[in-house]
Amino acid sequence: MASKVIQALYNDDDVLMHAVKKVRAEHHHIEEVYTPFPVHGLDKAMGLADTRIAITSFLYGCLGLTVSVVMMNYIMIEDWPQDIGGKPSFSYLDNMPAFVPIMFELTVFFAAHLMVITFYLRSRMWPFKNAENPDKRTTDDHFLMELGVHDNEQELADLLWETGAVEVKVSEKES
Amino acid sequence: MYTFSNKLRIGSFIAMGLGVIFLAIGFLSAPSTVEEAKAMVAVHDDGHGGGHAEAAESHGEEQGHGAEASHGEEHDSSHDTHLLHQLQNRPWSALYVAAFFFFMIALGVFAFYAIQRAAQAGWSPLLFRVMEGITAYLIPGGIIVFVILLLSTLHMNHMFVWMDADTVAHDELLQGKAGYLNPTFFLIRAAIFLGGWIFYRQYSRKLSLAQDESDDNSNFVKNFRWSAAFLVFYLISESMMSWDWIMSLDPHWFSTLFGWYVFASMFVSGITVIAMVTVYLKSKGYLEDVNNSHIHDLAKFMFGISIFWTYLWFSQFMLIWYADIPEEVTYYIARFQDYKLPFFGMLVMNFVFPLLVLMNSDYKRVNWFVIMTGIVVLFGHYLDIFNMVMPATVGDQWYIGLPEIGGILFFGGLFVFWVFTALTKAPLQPKRNPFIEESRHFHY
Repeated sequence: MASKVIQALYNDDDVLMHAVKKVRAEHHHIEEVYTPFPVHGLDKAMGLADTRIAITSFLYGCLGLTVSVVMMNYIMIEDWPQDIGGKPSFSYLDNMPAFVPIMFELTVFFAAHLMVITFYLRSRMWPFKNAENPDKRTTDDHFLMELGVHDNEQELADLLWETGAVEVKVSEKES
Repeated sequence: MYTFSNKLRIGSFIAMGLGVIFLAIGFLSAPSTVEEAKAMVAVHDDGHGGGHAEAAESHGEEQGHGAEASHGEEHDSSHDTHLLHQLQNRPWSALYVAAFFFFMIALGVFAFYAIQRAAQAGWSPLLFRVMEGITAYLIPGGIIVFVILLLSTLHMNHMFVWMDADTVAHDELLQGKAGYLNPTFFLIRAAIFLGGWIFYRQYSRKLSLAQDESDDNSNFVKNFRWSAAFLVFYLISESMMSWDWIMSLDPHWFSTLFGWYVFASMFVSGITVIAMVTVYLKSKGYLEDVNNSHIHDLAKFMFGISIFWTYLWFSQFMLIWYADIPEEVTYYIARFQDYKLPFFGMLVMNFVFPLLVLMNSDYKRVNWFVIMTGIVVLFGHYLDIFNMVMPATVGDQWYIGLPEIGGILFFGGLFVFWVFTALTKAPLQPKRNPFIEESRHFHY
């Protein structure tokens, strides 16, 4: 289904921030904002819910820790016990300090990589995917705010011009 | 201007009074003869198994028997004298651990302050007066530690075995170190360290106050230059201080990252105290411009430096554990055998607890969370110092009883009294710091 959206371009992040606050104050729903770089505080101004990626990161870290414990127990204790530096590998607990660096590294590795992959998937980005970016200039020096139009095109356009937009356009969007 | 609340002042006096009484009981109940010492240990069940590996080694030599001492009656009598010395050391060690711990907090804050100055940090100037108030404790705290060290060189106690000429005469390793580790040079070094720290603290405070009244930024720039130069002096002197004042308690043992390890401990304790004092002052309606982003940043430092401390603790431990060289590993054997609870309890309090509690971003802004974690972290780092000092001085005769609690109460009371008195001396918000506007608008 195609929906009609109105897009306003800005060329300054401060102007954009004020515009976002003003549009929100007028109770219009902002669908998305495209920016060439992360704008500090924009998520709060748009009223986005807090990210839950930190929770996933914590869980991935726990998973990495578990994997490392199980892995080192299998490799060093069960499968092929060796006597390294006068410390025979008969008990996991007695040899545990030697495994701490591995536990640390795998915790970080799992947390970091899986978090990034989760972030990409959650942002619906994967290989060979066409960019959703509506205007190429948002990868350079312009900021774009997108609002849904519900028979109030003129009112929205006036409001956006008022907030300091350098360009306002209406387009159809596949969704 | 801050006024010292009466409740807090009276509280600090009560703590000091109780502390003096407890310490006095500790000193009076220490045995003065071998027979008394034996009787005390017999009452407390025979706690001395084969435990005190490391302390026994150095004290054994004190009696002129060396590590390879002959076993027999001679050994028994040396063992008893050793026990007497351990029991006599206990109140002294309790005093020393607490004195050093609170002094270390001021020193950690002081390093943090100098770093903020040298980095020209924009977020922290609102907290400068809090930090300057805490570093005021360097003067009384440093003098007390110096006096304890001076009394040790005068043989009032047996904490530093290398100070005993008779021990050194029978110990080749200590003879080799005598060029550095002798009482005179030891005191000269301590005086240089303390002199340098106190000088910078007083001078920086003077420039900081002068900046409020001046009409240009020259005082601020001067403070920046002095801080950068001072940090170089600080890092070297702090490292040497930790060898002298703590590592030399075990004169045969050494660790090359000991200075960093002690630094991490003092840094995290110091930052914790900054956060706690700030939250306290804010709850009393002072420091209006400090917002929860400042608290958040301090809590982030508490979290980060706690992990840094663990990293250093583990780096020191793992290499020694893995290499398993006898002269190194005695240090940890003494702690594993006789200090299980404080040793592992400290790891939980200093690592696991702050890791889990302060990981969540939102919790770092909740004042009571910061205070609660801060209390646990401070006790954890007290235990850290306890674990560094006690195994060498009292061996397996440790106990957290009246002298230890008395030490914490006395120096805690003195610390609170001195710090909050210093806070009343100047407005809590610097007026003309060039970064004050940035600090006021700081938000995350």
